[in-house]
Amino acid sequence: MSTDTNESTATESAASEAEATVAATASAVEAAADDAHHTNEKSPLGAAVSRGDNGELYGLLAEYDTPGELIAAARRVRDAGYTQFDCYSPFPVHGIDEAMGIKRTILPLLVLGGGFTGLFLGFLLQWWTNAYDWPWNISGKPIFSLPANIPIMFETTILMSVFTTFFGLWILNKLPQVWHPFFRLDRFARASDDAFLLGIEAKDSRFDLAATTKLLEGEGALAVEPCFHDARPEAKQMPKFIFGVILATTVLALIPFALIAKARASKSTEPHYHVFGDMDFQDKVKSDTAFNLFEDGRGNRGEIAGTVARGSLKADSAYYTGLEKAGGDQWITGLPKQFEVTPATVKRGQQRYNIYCAPCHGFDGRGQGAIPKRATASGAGAMLPANLTSATGVAVKRPNGHLFNTISNGLNTMKGYAAQIPVADRWAIVLYVRALQRASNATLEDVPADRRGESR
Amino acid sequence: MDTEGMTDSPHKTDGGHHDQAAHGADDHHFAPGEARKFFRGVTRDVAWVAESPKPPKVWFAALGLALIMLMIGVYSVYVLVTQGVGVWGNSNTVGWAWDITNFVFWIGIGHAGTLISAVLYLTRQGWRTSINRAAEAMTIFAVSAAGIFPILHTGRPWLAWWLIPHPNDMGMWPQFRSPLMWDVFAISTYATTSILFWFVGLVPDLATFRDRATTKPKQIIFGILSLGWRGSARQWHRYERAYLILAAISTPLVFSVHSVVSFDFATSQLPGWHTTIFPPYFVAGAIFSGFAMVLTLMIPARHLFNLKHIITEAHIEAMCKILLATGMMVGGAYAIEFFIAWYSGNLYEQFTFLNRAFGPFWWAYLAMVSCNVLIPQFFWFKKIRRSPVIIVILCIFVNIGMWFERFVIIATSLTRTALPSSWAGYSPTRWDIGLFVGSFGLFFTLFLLFFRFLPVVAISEVKGVAPQAHAGKDGH
Repeated sequence: MSTDTNESTATESAASEAEATVAATASAVEAAADDAHHTNEKSPLGAAVSRGDNGELYGLLAEYDTPGELIAAARRVRDAGYTQFDCYSPFPVHGIDEAMGIKRTILPLLVLGGGFTGLFLGFLLQWWTNAYDWPWNISGKPIFSLPANIPIMFETTILMSVFTTFFGLWILNKLPQVWHPFFRLDRFARASDDAFLLGIEAKDSRFDLAATTKLLEGEGALAVEPCFHDARPEAKQMPKFIFGVILATTVLALIPFALIAKARASKSTEPHYHVFGDMDFQDKVKSDTAFNLFEDGRGNRGEIAGTVARGSLKADSAYYTGLEKAGGDQWITGLPKQFEVTPATVKRGQQRYNIYCAPCHGFDGRGQGAIPKRATASGAGAMLPANLTSATGVAVKRPNGHLFNTISNGLNTMKGYAAQIPVADRWAIVLYVRALQRASNATLEDVPADRRGESR
Repeated sequence: MDTEGMTDSPHKTDGGHHDQAAHGADDHHFAPGEARKFFRGVTRDVAWVAESPKPPKVWFAALGLALIMLMIGVYSVYVLVTQGVGVWGNSNTVGWAWDITNFVFWIGIGHAGTLISAVLYLTRQGWRTSINRAAEAMTIFAVSAAGIFPILHTGRPWLAWWLIPHPNDMGMWPQFRSPLMWDVFAISTYATTSILFWFVGLVPDLATFRDRATTKPKQIIFGILSLGWRGSARQWHRYERAYLILAAISTPLVFSVHSVVSFDFATSQLPGWHTTIFPPYFVAGAIFSGFAMVLTLMIPARHLFNLKHIITEAHIEAMCKILLATGMMVGGAYAIEFFIAWYSGNLYEQFTFLNRAFGPFWWAYLAMVSCNVLIPQFFWFKKIRRSPVIIVILCIFVNIGMWFERFVIIATSLTRTALPSSWAGYSPTRWDIGLFVGSFGLFFTLFLLFFRFLPVVAISEVKGVAPQAHAGKDGH
């Protein structure tokens, strides 16, 4: 085959007369019109010389007309002892594996392993989460029941098998790799269209430009073309701008995570930013909040005129306020009729007094409780509580109703105890205070005659 | 684009020439260059769909319509998210309504794609190569459309990631014995597998597009997408293994997915749902509806994009036969359900099925039976199997029928449960309808974009099953 024939390699007209060198020039003209992938390089040897500035020789690429011829060529190349060669075709050519001596891929074994891994992981996930980490009683069923876990184990098996197949395929094929010396040749672009190519790399120990070219042509190649590449290490480096783009996008991608990390590690008086409301904010009144629906702008509503709330009628003014008449100024001097004077109510009064009153007024009522004592000792100069039992003090002179009112609403620095002490207990305290007063100001005559001897 | 190659290849491939599995030794003898001319024709015809300067006007019209439908869906989702699931017609009694109906409907449609790409591959049906790419794309888009519904049905879709098991502050894990969790795993595995399988199939064709690219951006995009595929024999060797494995894995997967979907119903205690026939019945229905959708899409597409010599009448006829077969299976399941209801002697079961056929939703049941059982009977006639327009019309009816099947199962069972005090009616709201329309919008938008920008037919596979693939082999 003459070198001129190679000019018309891409055309089917030339292919039909691959041996006819005379017609080659004429059909090359048609080729240019017919086929966009037309190539017009000189002979491989000539090109090797003229393209010296194009880098080192990477290998030879030969084109064949049919899959069958490609298989035959591949067998011949293999039989000649070449190892660094490969065939390129637009679809898998059946029979070429055997011709090239390609060993069966280990991919199926990897997938088997991936599948078993998925099966095991699916089992482990379900057992660990639902039976071990957080044992969950579902309708009294056993904590772990394999049949109900099979569907998910099946799916994880499939998923891991698919991942192994997918990633295994690309890893074993050394892809993605978007560059390759053969991509420099226009002819190679047709490997994904209609071309059946065989490429032998120059690094093969048996490679010899002249001899290898002859071998490839001898198999009826439409063309044999050399391929050059820049073998310098710096030519194989990634362009700087791509590196820059990767770096910039990585940094930009980290910004949201940095903001999240900052937000998680710092404090703020502002409420959370709610992307989705999740019903956290609703048009409803909460206590002690502003509410625009009402004229006064308050969420809390007062009593409505002319109505009485449940349990707040309290018509008996003597019992509830200590006054003879509601709105009057006459304190009752006795005790309300609901209140029974018994040893039990006196005891109750004593107990309540010791809890609520004694800290300031003292257990004996003389105003020397723990709090004023301490206040005096510390030099704070607090206003001292009243002596409840002094014969000259107000507490002795004031009527029962007035004492009740003082317990309920407070006096001077004393706060009111209405919120803490129920009405009946307040009257009991009044009763006990009266008992204290009587005891403090008693004479020997007050002691029963038969027990006067014990008092002195 | 040189249209000459496009117009001359039909003569070479006319009459489904390349889908004959067996061919004599004579087929191996092609004039020099003839086989390559055929391969070049296939490349050009398929690439033309994406490379023609302007797609047909119908394509623009269809895309516009699909986008309008998609916008309706987006607005329906907006209303749903801002106002809550109360905007739907769902109620305490009818907790699953249109959303789950639509979910099962779309998932079922997707199954035909996997069936064509995997099961027909394993059974060496050469004719699948003309439609498998588009059918796989249809699967992915249908699964995307399906996925919308259960996620929105959770009520707070922004917390849908709670379905994925992950260590969390609450110390909680999903309940793996619930079929709803099986669903999560099945659907996500299915979506992942479908996308990866589709992509593996696409890579050699993306390389073809890369090598044909006339502009730099196209070269870069297709160059990256094709991963630098070189079509080397060593790569093809592993590729074919991987493809076979994926097909073998996808086959049980596709059956498991719709079985798991049917478990959502079958493991419940509700009369009308609690039946063991559901898994096979759902799978048959899925294939039935999926093939109907493939035909609905591919018949206009092959006409519009001049692919009639690649997707031949013989291929369409084969799909019609599958429709007929699966339609009969579905019809058989309907009959067996009634038989079991009678045979069980269970009053509630019997009431459920009488109510299904003659209750308030009798019209839905009638639509289901007539579309799914009666309509496919037309495919007994070869004349009808060869009339594209009639096939499209019949297939649309089949899909209507299959939608009604899911609606009938869900609505009739839920509105008439075993507790009469819980009985209720059901009617969808405008937002139910809007979202359903939107799911069609999403599906068609994605499909139309796919049909314009990616290789719509598996170029390398069509070449590989053609007799020309054996050209020049001398018998050893």
